[in-house]
Amino acid sequence: MSLARGRPSAPEHQPASFAFTEENLAEARATIAKYPAGRQQSAVMPLLYIVQRQMGWVPVAAMDVVADMLEMPRVGVYEVATFYTMYNLEPVGQYLIQVCTTTPCMLRDSDGIADACMNHLGIGWEETTADGKFTLKEVECLGACANAPMVQINDDFYEDLTPQTMVGLLEALARGEAVKPGPQNGRHSSEPEGGPTTLKGGA
Amino acid sequence: MLQDKDRIFTNLYGFESPLLDAAKARGDWDGTKDILAKGQDWIIDEAKKSELRGRGGAGFPAGLKWSFMPKQRPEGQPAFLVVNADESEPGTCKDREIMRHDPHKLVEGCLIVGFAMRATAAYIYIRGEFYAEAVALQRAIDEAYDAGLIGKNASGSGYDFDVYLHRGAGAYICGEETALLESLEGKKGQPRLKPPFPAMAGLYGCPTTVTNVETVAVSPTIMRRGGEWFASLGRPKNTGTKIFCISGHVNKPCNVEEEMGIPLKELIERHAGGVRGGWDNLLAVIPGGSSVPCIPKEICDDVLMDFDSLKEVKSGLGTAAVIVMDKSTDIVRAIWRLSKFYKHESCGQCTPCREGTGWMMRMMGRMIEGNATVEEIDMLLEVTTQVEGHTICALGDAAAWPIQGLIRHFRPEMERRIHAYRGSAAVAAE
Repeated sequence: MSLARGRPSAPEHQPASFAFTEENLAEARATIAKYPAGRQQSAVMPLLYIVQRQMGWVPVAAMDVVADMLEMPRVGVYEVATFYTMYNLEPVGQYLIQVCTTTPCMLRDSDGIADACMNHLGIGWEETTADGKFTLKEVECLGACANAPMVQINDDFYEDLTPQTMVGLLEALARGEAVKPGPQNGRHSSEPEGGPTTLKGGA
Repeated sequence: MLQDKDRIFTNLYGFESPLLDAAKARGDWDGTKDILAKGQDWIIDEAKKSELRGRGGAGFPAGLKWSFMPKQRPEGQPAFLVVNADESEPGTCKDREIMRHDPHKLVEGCLIVGFAMRATAAYIYIRGEFYAEAVALQRAIDEAYDAGLIGKNASGSGYDFDVYLHRGAGAYICGEETALLESLEGKKGQPRLKPPFPAMAGLYGCPTTVTNVETVAVSPTIMRRGGEWFASLGRPKNTGTKIFCISGHVNKPCNVEEEMGIPLKELIERHAGGVRGGWDNLLAVIPGGSSVPCIPKEICDDVLMDFDSLKEVKSGLGTAAVIVMDKSTDIVRAIWRLSKFYKHESCGQCTPCREGTGWMMRMMGRMIEGNATVEEIDMLLEVTTQVEGHTICALGDAAAWPIQGLIRHFRPEMERRIHAYRGSAAVAAE
C-alpha cells in the first residue's frame, strides 16, 4: 500500500500500443476461466498484474487492451488501476524498495530504515536513482509486524532489519548479488528470537 | 498455559515442510470424507458447540454465521465461501503464517466449511503484497486438486467443490467484507450498503459468506476433535486457541498460538521475552490491532486476552495483534501514525470518513507538539463521535477508536504538551 495514490504517467511517456506476449496471453485466458461465465470482469486485477510483470508498470494502452479483452468499459479498468496502490502507473527502478512505516514498524525504528535508504541511495520517497536501479516508496503496514522493521523489495519481504543490514542489502543488490529474503537477524520466521517457547518437541 | 497437544497450528513457524505429505503427517486431511458424511447440520452444530467466534476482528459466532446461508437455492444458482486473507490490520501477521507454513489447514477448512454452508466454490482473497504466501497457498491448492481432495467428488465425498485464489493489489479497505466482494467482481473496493447481507446477495448476487483465514483453518481440527474439546479451552463464549501477534517494544516479538483468555502479562512475559526494560517500563498496549483503543499499564497488569474481557475495559480483542509500547514511546505520535493510516486507506465513499480522517490526522499532528488548545482536545473527541457510526462500513469507527482511547487514558499528557508549547511560545514572544 504505497502512500501515494497513483495517477497515470504523462501522455508523452505512454507507449502508443500494448500487446501481451504469447505466453502471457495464454495465462490471461487461463485466469479468466477461474471465474464464472459472464463474470470475466473479475479477472481485471490479475490481468493488470500480468501486464505489470511484462512491462514493469501499467501503461494506459495496456489498460485499454485489458478492457477490450474483458468486455468492460475502459474507465472501469482505469478506476481499478488507480484505486489499488500496487499497480505502478509509471516505470519504476529495477528494485522497488517499499518501506513500511506504520506504527508497529515505527516502534521498531522504521525511521532509521527510511533514513538509511534515503542517505545511501541519495533519493527521497517516490524517487528513482539516476542509474534506474532503485525506486523508494513509503508504504502502509505490510503484515509482518512480529518481524518489524521490514521492507518489501519487488516480491519479497526483508525483515528484522537494522539500518546497517538495510544498507548491506542495498549494496548487495547494487553489486548484482542475490540476497536472501526473510529475517536478516538469523531468525527462522516469526518465532521468538533465540528459539520458540512452544512446539519444541516437534509436531 | 496451552499444551502442545492442544495446539492446532503445529507448523506455525515453518520448521517443517508445508507440503501435502508433511501436512498429512501432522493430521491434516485425516478422515475428511467421514466428516463430510456426517452432514451439513452436524458440522454447523459442532461449530456452535465449540463456541468458535470469528477470528477476523468482530468475533461473531462462526457456526451461527454459517447457518445464515440458504439451505435451498434456485436450480443452477451457485453459492460461495469467500475467505478473507486480506490481512492488513496494522499489527496483524497471523494469517500469513497459516498460508505459508500450514496452508493445507486452510484448504481443507475451505472444503469442510464450504460444504457446511452448501457453497459450490471458495474464493480466497489474499492481499497482493503476500506474494510468497500466495505461491505457497496456490501450491497447496494444486496438490489438493491432484490428490482428489478438492474438485470433482472432493475427498471421495460425492460433493464437487472448487477452491480459487485471488490476489488483491494494495487496499486495506478490501478487508471489509463487501468491499472485498466488490474487488473480487473486478471493481474498486468500496463497501456496499447492508442489507442485503452477503448470505442473501453476495458475490455476483449469489449467497456468500465471507470469513477469516484463521476461522476456516481451525475448523477441520474442531471437527476431528469435537466442539467440546475446543470449548474446554478458554472461558465460556471466549473459547479455544488463538494466534497472538506480539509486536513493538518487547524483547522478542513473535507470533504464538495460546489459549484464549491468557493474561496479557503472561502472554508477553512467557512468549515475547517481556517488555523492553521490564514490565514497569510499560506505557500502554494496543491489544487487538490498530483499530482498537489502547489500554494503559494499570489495565494491562491483569486484563485477560479475550473478546469479553477486553470489551469490559473499553478496548477489544480484534485480531489479537498486541502492539506493545514502553515508556520511551511518543504515544501521541504513535496514535497519529494510525490516523495517517486511516486517512490513507479511507476509500472516499462516505463524507464523514473521507473528510474526517484527514481532519483527525491533521489535528493529531498538531497534538504531537502541543500546538493546540485544551478545548481542541474536546473538539477532536467530538469529531471522532461524528465520524463513528455515520459511515457505510467500520473504517470510520476504526479511525475514531484509537483517538478516543488516547484521550481517555492520556489526556493529561496531551494537556501537558499544550501547556509546554504555549509556555515556550509565550517565552519566545517576550
